[in-house]
Amino acid sequence: MKYRLGIDVGGTNTDAVILTPDDRVVAKTKTPVTRDVVSSIRDAVRTVLKNSELPSFAISHAMLGTTQVTNAIIERQRLNKVAMIRIGAPATLAVPPLTGWPGSLKEVVQGASITVRGGHEFDGRPMGPLADDDIRRFLDEHAKSCSSVAVTAVFSPVNADHELATRDLIVEEYPHLVVSLSHEVGSVGLLERENATVLNAAVNEVASLAATAFEDALREVGIDAALFFAQNDGTLMAMDYALRYPILTVACGPTNSMRGAAFLSRLDDAVIIDVGGTSSDIGMIRGGFPRQSSLAVEVGGVRTNFRMPDLIALGLGGGSRVREVDGQVTVGPDSVGYRIIQQAHVFGGDVLTFTDVAVNEGKASIGHQSPRAAKKLSQKAYREALRLIEEGIDRIKTSAEPVPLIAVGGGSALLPEHLEGVSEVIRPEHFDVANAIGAAIAQVSGRVDRIYAMTGRSRDQVIGEAIATAKADAVRAGANHDTLEIIEVEEIPLAYLPSNASRVRVTVAGQLAGDES
Amino acid sequence: MRTITVADLADLSVGATLLGTGGGGDPYIGSLMAEAAIGRYGPITLLDVDELPDQGLVIPAAMMGAPTVMVEKIPNGGEVLTAVSNLERTLNQKAVAIMTIEAGGINSMIPLAVAAQMGLPVIDGDSMGRAFPELQMTSFHVHGIRATPMALVDEKGNHLIIEAIDNAWTERLARTATVAVGGAAIIALYPMTTKEAKRAMVRGTMSKAIELGRLIRDGHLSVDEKAIQLARDYGGIELFSGKVADVERHSGDGFARGTLSCTGLGPYAASVLRVEFQNENLMALRDGSVVATVPDLICVMDRETLMPITTEALTYGHRVTVYAFPCDPVWRTSKGIKTVGPRYFGYQVDHTPLHRG
Repeated sequence: MKYRLGIDVGGTNTDAVILTPDDRVVAKTKTPVTRDVVSSIRDAVRTVLKNSELPSFAISHAMLGTTQVTNAIIERQRLNKVAMIRIGAPATLAVPPLTGWPGSLKEVVQGASITVRGGHEFDGRPMGPLADDDIRRFLDEHAKSCSSVAVTAVFSPVNADHELATRDLIVEEYPHLVVSLSHEVGSVGLLERENATVLNAAVNEVASLAATAFEDALREVGIDAALFFAQNDGTLMAMDYALRYPILTVACGPTNSMRGAAFLSRLDDAVIIDVGGTSSDIGMIRGGFPRQSSLAVEVGGVRTNFRMPDLIALGLGGGSRVREVDGQVTVGPDSVGYRIIQQAHVFGGDVLTFTDVAVNEGKASIGHQSPRAAKKLSQKAYREALRLIEEGIDRIKTSAEPVPLIAVGGGSALLPEHLEGVSEVIRPEHFDVANAIGAAIAQVSGRVDRIYAMTGRSRDQVIGEAIATAKADAVRAGANHDTLEIIEVEEIPLAYLPSNASRVRVTVAGQLAGDES
Repeated sequence: MRTITVADLADLSVGATLLGTGGGGDPYIGSLMAEAAIGRYGPITLLDVDELPDQGLVIPAAMMGAPTVMVEKIPNGGEVLTAVSNLERTLNQKAVAIMTIEAGGINSMIPLAVAAQMGLPVIDGDSMGRAFPELQMTSFHVHGIRATPMALVDEKGNHLIIEAIDNAWTERLARTATVAVGGAAIIALYPMTTKEAKRAMVRGTMSKAIELGRLIRDGHLSVDEKAIQLARDYGGIELFSGKVADVERHSGDGFARGTLSCTGLGPYAASVLRVEFQNENLMALRDGSVVATVPDLICVMDRETLMPITTEALTYGHRVTVYAFPCDPVWRTSKGIKTVGPRYFGYQVDHTPLHRG
């Protein structure tokens, strides 16, 4: 039998869950993160395996979602010194690498940098030959003081030849260096892609430690499974791929949580709201995947072009303060936060919160005291809170049609059964381990995001080529080719350029290789 | 006279994006380059053209082509200086001031670094008062000034001097050269005397962009207070307030064309608004009637902050306020309308001057 094990290592808890081949939850556990990560993963896996009453050999696949890489960047801990090679001179010299980085991170990561000749035009023509001798001279001088190299060539998402040639050179002549190539990390937009590539190079060692911890923990429990890492777009990477592109695991948490919640609700298209004490996050799942943000995302203060879920954060949660000034009633954005259990009316306190008005309105039953608030104020405040939520839901939706709403988080009990623009409100069970479930059910994806010159070719040819490239990428990441499906195709023509060039984005996803049963 | 400091650049970015009317390119890369130049050479002098004597050469500089290309193939930083110097050499005369041809979008930033580097002032103004897609769409052209001799430079070191029989040919030749050098190039064009600039330019648009950006970014003002100032100081007319119901992009012909549809909120609850765009927003129809057309500025802004939104960033559900601002009077002349009126862009309507209500 092929069971899947999903693990989520968070800030406070390590969650683990075992799913049957047809994706039913067999067992789950929540273990506080205590000492080191290895023992925390081992304890969680041991417990969940015991709860499931399955033998260890029944587990065929194990998926890990972890915040370790993100934390390393935020805490500036255990990061590699990076040698940065940019290919494209004399273009790009106006803006050097690491422009706009926070000083403290720059100091830790910066090894040395050079910009050499080479790179390509938007239509794939070379701008000039690759200056490989300059790269050799640079590495001869700096290879000893750096452990990792980031290689970024102009328009490598269109033509990766010069990045690949540089990798071959380094692998052959400087074998102790680990190489990160920009075209495998990010999309068009040189600075953001270079930033992501340098971060990738910097977290190399942290990623290997996390991978080793994962392997060791499973081995100690006697599990011999294929290992995968969850990435920020809600899909998986095989272990060897994750070791090369660890930065793609950044912020997989929100994605796994949304996908897990959607899966538990048996829905592929829905809006998800996570209502906390201070704020609420609203996101959207379309075709089983979170809708991606179109804006540049910052990681540890660095501008990247990562794919992150598009989330709307509302300053509204269970502890949000209710106020009335000149007849205007407001709810939030300030909140009593975790002190809600002392300060809210329903817990005997004297601060009127969103929780109190929901109880007063008969929408929830929480606490041990009746809130002391006028009926009219309660009504107005509750209506105002719903207005904020309904507006947030409407903003995240892609069309005017009513959609199902999946409500999770501690504050979700405060929501009514009917909301504007919502067809039904769903509150799934097992939500407490949604992150681990999100990791366990994930597929493997491949992506393309590059500029194609349409001249001399039909649109269908270009799109076909992009799909084939995305599929090859998915297979490299560990997907079974025969199960690949197209998730998204998008084409945006380049403004102010009459040469018929378009930016094409394609996403495909499929089942894990070796999981055909 | 005033100066442009690093602190002004964030305001200029926002104001220039607003004047870009949905297009014009993200000023981000240009802003980084200007910031580096100011850091190295000090603040930039921004002059009213009347502060300069009549005799003297003014050289406008700009980027041409796809802003998306420049986000990937970042300039080397020397192109603008090369373009301006080439034109100086061709004319055998030194420039006394630099200016931009386009205050909307990334071109608001392009002349700044070179002015800092050469120690020259930037003239406060441009030749559009907004963003337009073609080289002859300038107040200079309307006033009969030739775009050539024109210098075109790429980051590799290629340069061209173009001499053309008219400004339409300049556009055609320069556009072809821009594609050949990789989709983006730096240009210096419309060389003219200070006296000609006084007659033909659109005045004050650089400081206007900075002030607009400062107003929009002001954290102490409410949206209503900002709206009052937009109407009072800039002639802004609120066309609509609502949410994006659909963004339809027509692709395949190589232009970023499309249609934005919005449904109304508040006082516009029963109304719908449609905006036709081709790189920039060109025509707005409320409940089927044309309420604004190019060359007047049609600006889509975030309803909560009034931050401008480019056509690329428009998505369903976005709460927006749509404003129109009157174009410079030069565009209301018959040659102006012929150059940039709705019919030039393929819409079978006449330009209706903006009116309130």
